[in-house]
Amino acid sequence: MTLEDAFRPRVLVTKIGLDGHDRGSRIVAAACRDAGMEVIYTPPWQTIAAVVKVALEEDVDVVGISSLATDHLIVPKLMNALREAGLGHMRVVVGGIVPDNEEALLLQSGVRQVFHPGGTMDEITARIRAYALEARQAGAHADQGSTP
Amino acid sequence: MNKPVESPFAAGAADAKARWEREYRESMVTERATENVSGIPVHPLYGPDDWSAYGQADPLGFPGQPDYTRGIYATMHRGRTWTQRQLIGLGTPADYNERLLGIMDRGATAVSLIPCNSVYRGYDMDSVEPELLGTCGVVVNNADHMDRCLEGVDLNRISCALNDPSPFTLLAFMLVTAEGRGVDWKNVTGTSNQSDYLSHHVANHMFYRLSLPGARRVLLDHIAFCNEKVPRWNPMSVVGQHMQQAGATPAEAMAFTLATAVQNAEDCIARGMEPDQFLPRFTFFFDISLSFFEEVAKFRAGRRIWARLARERLGAKKEAAWRFKFHAQTSGVDLTRQQPLNNIARVAVQAMAGIFGGLQSLHTDAYDEAFQVPSEAGARIAVATQNILREEAHLTDVIDPLGGSFYVEALTDAMEEKILAIMKTVEDAGGMYKAVESGLVQRMIGASALRLQHRVDSGEQTIVGVNAYRADDDAATRPAVERPDPAKMQAHLDAFSAWKARRSAAAVNAALDALSRAAEDPNANVFAAVVDGARAGLSNEEICARLRRDLGFGQPLAFV
Repeated sequence: MTLEDAFRPRVLVTKIGLDGHDRGSRIVAAACRDAGMEVIYTPPWQTIAAVVKVALEEDVDVVGISSLATDHLIVPKLMNALREAGLGHMRVVVGGIVPDNEEALLLQSGVRQVFHPGGTMDEITARIRAYALEARQAGAHADQGSTP
Repeated sequence: MNKPVESPFAAGAADAKARWEREYRESMVTERATENVSGIPVHPLYGPDDWSAYGQADPLGFPGQPDYTRGIYATMHRGRTWTQRQLIGLGTPADYNERLLGIMDRGATAVSLIPCNSVYRGYDMDSVEPELLGTCGVVVNNADHMDRCLEGVDLNRISCALNDPSPFTLLAFMLVTAEGRGVDWKNVTGTSNQSDYLSHHVANHMFYRLSLPGARRVLLDHIAFCNEKVPRWNPMSVVGQHMQQAGATPAEAMAFTLATAVQNAEDCIARGMEPDQFLPRFTFFFDISLSFFEEVAKFRAGRRIWARLARERLGAKKEAAWRFKFHAQTSGVDLTRQQPLNNIARVAVQAMAGIFGGLQSLHTDAYDEAFQVPSEAGARIAVATQNILREEAHLTDVIDPLGGSFYVEALTDAMEEKILAIMKTVEDAGGMYKAVESGLVQRMIGASALRLQHRVDSGEQTIVGVNAYRADDDAATRPAVERPDPAKMQAHLDAFSAWKARRSAAAVNAALDALSRAAEDPNANVFAAVVDGARAGLSNEEICARLRRDLGFGQPLAFV
């Protein structure tokens, strides 16, 4: 059995900032769960610090941020906070309403992918699984690197 | 010799029907079962047999007459057009005012005000991430900001809809503004568009402020206050829109909304209020999805259910209390980021469904709402769409033009039955308050949202440009998004901070204590204290934070 087969991704699905429209995050969380992933789901309106804490404690592979009302504008701050907490190996994806010009800014800040409306759940879960594997491998490298 | 051609009509109705059924069966290559979003089967043809009241002397009644299937007024849109109320809100109060006056010049007949999400959540601008300020609505934190928003708007004359959840700080700021301009509160008209706290707890969205019991009390105080002191104000807008946007089917959205209205009305009655006094000031707010006939039937069915509920269950005696007045907004969820200009066609169809459904007020979405707060160009097309439907296409020349259609009447009956069945589920759970408290309604809506997603993912439900008829990348048709000017927002923030610092700490504390005393005294009116607080110079966050402390700030239900 390969690593890929045995592997169960751990995914945090959450919302930061001010908006609470959670239809999308609930549907994606359900789809990840149904695709066999370990899903950590939070209510909306999390602070960046709270997301970093949950990501650390739950040792997730992927952080999924749903943004329907401009909260993606503070995702670059989240990326910095994750790196500062030593969680730079985690992959961050954003889903929701993100204008083209701001998508570029998110990708520059380290976001792995932005999912726009219209993607199927199969497409989204396949990408998340692939990113989780990347994160797990990057995390393993990081661990080896720090071993004396 | 010249034998006449045999008429297909001569054989009699039964034979004709049998012949059609045979021809239909033979000609249809693949027949598939079809049902609408609410789960009602849709047949290929409707006739007299499908409409239970067909053949009765007066199967539908007349517009303006109970049970109002054909509309709540005798003249409907032929007599008076609906209110063109475009939602706007962005940036600083000065930005908002500029956009508002522009849109009123182009035909909008009423004000709507959408505040920044920070305001909805009960915060001031100095305690949230600055990147988010004014990106989804206007940053209004005190009475001075409201005065600036409404500069040049005659509050004696123009109806203002405020997106203003409990504890109604925006209305408080507006009433203080009216006082300052010498406008009598008795002339102030409009609607508290987001007074329905139950819908906020169902669909989380951005409104979360007070706990369920706290919000319930403040709503009743607000209704009592407005009925007495601002009699032309509509303090209660029962909202089905959030629930349908969150995934409820049209029948569920109507059923939950009517159940909410019953809950709020019975709460008012328990407080000693008279249904004939408060019910005429109840309004409703709905989503209009693309499911055209289903939406028309939803509104027609809801209207007559409400007339009966108001009369029979709530005991209202005046017809004004039975009328189902509603604002509707075309559904943003139906709009697509892909090939966004297609959204103009979608919005036109949605708007038609609302018009044929008999709405009183309409917001048409801008085509670019699928990816941003509407641009000015997008908002202009949205307003023009309404004008085209009314004045070029003449949709309003005839009242209830779909009335008497076998399909529409059969569907109206079927939707009514479905809505009543869902209302029964809520009733069995102890009414809407209990059904929301327990999460029943949230679970039902979540399940419906998943079902709809599966229909889209499987291709059973076509979405042009998304799961069918896809085109190459069409980024060029999506305008670049503009965010509020950071320098202007910083100046707004600096002025606000200076204003806060200028105030007397003693006066602020006294105003906050007065708010607490009202919250602690069950016989006091908390909303009256909110207005006093606004007048004394309290900010949005100061009022909200104090009431959260005193009346509770429950956690939202969240589950997958």
